[in-house]
Amino acid sequence: MQKYRCTVCGYIYDPAVGDSANGIQPGMAFEALPNTWVCPECGVAKDMFEKI
Amino acid sequence: MPGFEIKQGIYWVGAVDWNIRNFHGHTYTTNRGTTYNAYLILDDKITLVDAVYTPFAGELIEKIKGIVPVEKIDYIVVNHIEVDHSGALPALLKLCPKAKLFGTAKCKEGLFRQYYENWDFQVVKTGDKLALGRRALSFIEAPMIHWPDSMFSYCPEEGLLLPNDAFGQHYATSERFDDEADACELMDEAAKYYGNILWPLSSVIAKKIEEIQKMNIPIKMIAPSHGIIWRKDPVKIINAYLSWTKNETKRKAVIVYETMWGATAKMARIIAQGLIDKGIEVRLFDAAVSDRSEVIKEMLDAKGFIIGSSTHDNDMLTSLAGFLEFLKGLSPKNRIAAAFGSFGWAGGAVKSIETLLKAAGIELAVPSLSVKYMPDENEIKSCYQLGVDFADKI
Repeated sequence: MQKYRCTVCGYIYDPAVGDSANGIQPGMAFEALPNTWVCPECGVAKDMFEKI
Repeated sequence: MPGFEIKQGIYWVGAVDWNIRNFHGHTYTTNRGTTYNAYLILDDKITLVDAVYTPFAGELIEKIKGIVPVEKIDYIVVNHIEVDHSGALPALLKLCPKAKLFGTAKCKEGLFRQYYENWDFQVVKTGDKLALGRRALSFIEAPMIHWPDSMFSYCPEEGLLLPNDAFGQHYATSERFDDEADACELMDEAAKYYGNILWPLSSVIAKKIEEIQKMNIPIKMIAPSHGIIWRKDPVKIINAYLSWTKNETKRKAVIVYETMWGATAKMARIIAQGLIDKGIEVRLFDAAVSDRSEVIKEMLDAKGFIIGSSTHDNDMLTSLAGFLEFLKGLSPKNRIAAAFGSFGWAGGAVKSIETLLKAAGIELAVPSLSVKYMPDENEIKSCYQLGVDFADKI
């Protein structure tokens, strides 16, 4: 599945890993993340991410 | 020594750091010093918004004591954990141990990692309101303006925005307000702050300003955590920020170079003349002897960057290399560039400059120019022509 990078801090969202600190299980596609989800490192919104 | 009343019942209790000359380590020159602005709100709940840098804790405490006994502080709002705003908290909280702290989740986490104290801390989010009595404070999370923990506080009853580092300036003055300070120096320092600290966060800042404008809240005064308070014309700094977030530029070029025996410097001056003769505003800096923070400030509104270096060990010189790395981190958008330099044998500097500019996403608008040893008559003409051609692209 497609990885996405935070354009502000460089954090990479990897669907294979998810984001356990925010209750996102492995296997969740970036597109399926809720709009309230923010970068776990720097806190910016989903629209600040780009495909890598 | 009481603080200074900025609105009825709201006091500036900060500190003026007249002599600081380097900030964030040595990443930012504070040639005009700075201030650490903290604000005390007298209401049913005595509330301090932000604190000051560690060495000024005593001054903060004395100022508060001049207004109200320190142990009477009920609430402390921590808009940002950075040490220049939180450093005084350990000393202060010893005197008001029952005070409750408010900040974002990232603030709570960061504050603990900074001081390892288990202070009474309540996490707040955008839209949360804290009743103080006659007034309230509402909170707006502002991640990456300019740290993950950053937050703005807003007092609707006063139309007062307390945005911490946003809209601030490193500018030590005896005056507290925009209508009292020198207007040119004030905007100069605001631009320097934006260029050196906030520039890479432009897209985040643009969104946040839009979000606040949509809230349709009256902003009569903006009281940042550094420098002058905007009371006469808060819209002026908001509009300046909007322009900077859009990377709007002027017909201006900044030439930055480093030279060994003067050939690259000579090229730089001739290129500059080509630009000047075409009516372009030009700034020229030798990276080895110039104040990097000031150069960046000049680049903030310049369309063109022209970068040159002699070749040393098959590469560009080190002051320029450090400068370009810093510039790349600032992610300037909507700019054009050119590279030039002199060499003795194999060369290498110009290629390295091109590579770094491309990596920074800056378009090379004209072919680069390399010269062996000193430029001859034809190469002098080529330098001048580079300036002219670059001017046409601006």
